[in-house]
Amino acid sequence: MNTTIMLFLLQDGITNGAIYALLGLALVLVFAVTRVILIPQGEFVTYGALTYASLAAGQMPGTTKLALALGMGAFAFDLFAARKALHGRLILRSVLTNIVLPAIVLALTVYFAAQKPPVAVCIALSLVIVAMIGLFLYRIAFQPLAHTSVLVLLIASVGVHLALQGLGLLFFGAEGQRGPAVLSGSFTAGALRFTGQSITVYGITIAFIVGLWLFFGLTLYGKALRATAVNRLGARLAGIRTTLSGQIAFLLASVIGALSGIMIVPITTLYYDSGFLIGLKGFVAAIIGGLVSYPLTAVAAVVVGIVEAFSSFYASNYKEVIVFMLLIPVLLLRSLAAPAVEEEKD
Amino acid sequence: MSALLSVTDAHVAYGKVEAVRAVSLEVGQNQIVTIVGANGAGKTTLLSAIMGIFPLKGRVAFAGQDLARLEIEDRVAMGLGLVPEHRELFVTMNVEDNLELGAFRIERSRAKASMERVYTLFPRLKERRKQLAGTLSGGEQQMLAMGRALMGEPKLLMLDEPSLGLAPIIVADIFRIVTELRTAGVSVLLVEQNAQAALKIADQAYVMELGEFVLSGKASDIAANERVAASYLGFQHEGASGL
Repeated sequence: MNTTIMLFLLQDGITNGAIYALLGLALVLVFAVTRVILIPQGEFVTYGALTYASLAAGQMPGTTKLALALGMGAFAFDLFAARKALHGRLILRSVLTNIVLPAIVLALTVYFAAQKPPVAVCIALSLVIVAMIGLFLYRIAFQPLAHTSVLVLLIASVGVHLALQGLGLLFFGAEGQRGPAVLSGSFTAGALRFTGQSITVYGITIAFIVGLWLFFGLTLYGKALRATAVNRLGARLAGIRTTLSGQIAFLLASVIGALSGIMIVPITTLYYDSGFLIGLKGFVAAIIGGLVSYPLTAVAAVVVGIVEAFSSFYASNYKEVIVFMLLIPVLLLRSLAAPAVEEEKD
Repeated sequence: MSALLSVTDAHVAYGKVEAVRAVSLEVGQNQIVTIVGANGAGKTTLLSAIMGIFPLKGRVAFAGQDLARLEIEDRVAMGLGLVPEHRELFVTMNVEDNLELGAFRIERSRAKASMERVYTLFPRLKERRKQLAGTLSGGEQQMLAMGRALMGEPKLLMLDEPSLGLAPIIVADIFRIVTELRTAGVSVLLVEQNAQAALKIADQAYVMELGEFVLSGKASDIAANERVAASYLGFQHEGASGL
């Protein structure tokens, strides 16, 4: 193999690794705050990608109707939870976020889908739609189980994943789609050719990581999220609602998922079930980071991306096997280094 | 006078075991009330249940409002604060962030002034404000836990074993601060194994044994009662002058 091929593979690996890094960070965040292992992260990727691609092709994506339906479900849950003490203001807020907001987005989508909207509008709509789905899913599937064990939450998570995947098939069909590049054009530097899309991936990944770092380090809500992750009871005693932290975590995770999807879909054709595998690679990185360490997860994600790129060059049939085999030595080492961790008591 | 906190006929069960049975208590405005008793008497369970951490059967009213359906976070917002036995600090965050989060439900403009007050009360915390909470000494962690609870501007602060595992000189400091809180208009419900010290600063006292209150009254009377001292509080009386 010559240097050019190696550089190409490295570049490819880093581009994919950047996306896995974002997904891995979202998984660590959601797990730390809510103890949910977010299997449906991959569906956020596909939903984001295919909603974007459908909109760009002038089609009406089914996800926007799903957002409204889930919003109605979330509203019903809110109403049921507040049945004994109906506060006018709480109900109004619930109606606004769970019904009025998705209805407005649905109307906007109908309006724009008919006239092949510009890329920026497609991105904005896709992000909002998937963000709402993430938020409402938390309300419906995870918030009522917030006090249960990690295992119960994991089972709910698998259920949500299967349901969303099935709905994905219904909304987008079995054929794959590709979306338009966010940034077209390319330039060459030495032997390497950078497309506008790969530059977008690097730029957005770095911007997001810096943004998250600032959010967690400087803002009150970011600190509250960290506090919930460090000590759930302590956070509640400080007046921080666990549900608020959970909502922010799911909102961030779904936006990160959708954004990753939008960045991938101009490079690779995505199918309704492609997200799962992509999400799993973020998961591999998150596991290497022990589901707690953000920097370790980001580094591991880039390694996963590079290993994937090289193995698809040398043994493309085995590329997934090789990537997932990375886990075995890591898990072995971790289990030797640290005794079994007891599940957190609340 | 209507009490700030009133608990009527409270039962708390830990699984099938009833850890607290038929307990009633009142805390008035500007009062220090203490619950003393041996290890395992149910004191911590009772405080946790008043805060909403465990379900409680019976009636708990705070500032005239029934707490039955309120979550922990809502009770905090109403002005009920708890410094738990294990402190539950955000150990990977620094002192200032811990304090800032204590005022999560308070307006930002007031939180700044609150922090100054906490730093005046605990100058040690100001010196260490950029240090991670997990690296503080036990006494400093206790101060931080109290400071964080005070940032939420509680009307009633419940302290669970604040002296546990601390050096006597720091314990004295913490008890002095508790009396200062009363002067500042914060009522205190103090749970202590160190009955002698607690009874010295408290107005009212309850003696708890095996999940029930066996005695209640003015703290000075209870401290002076030799029979009580010997049988329930586990210390020999050194004569009334010793207290």
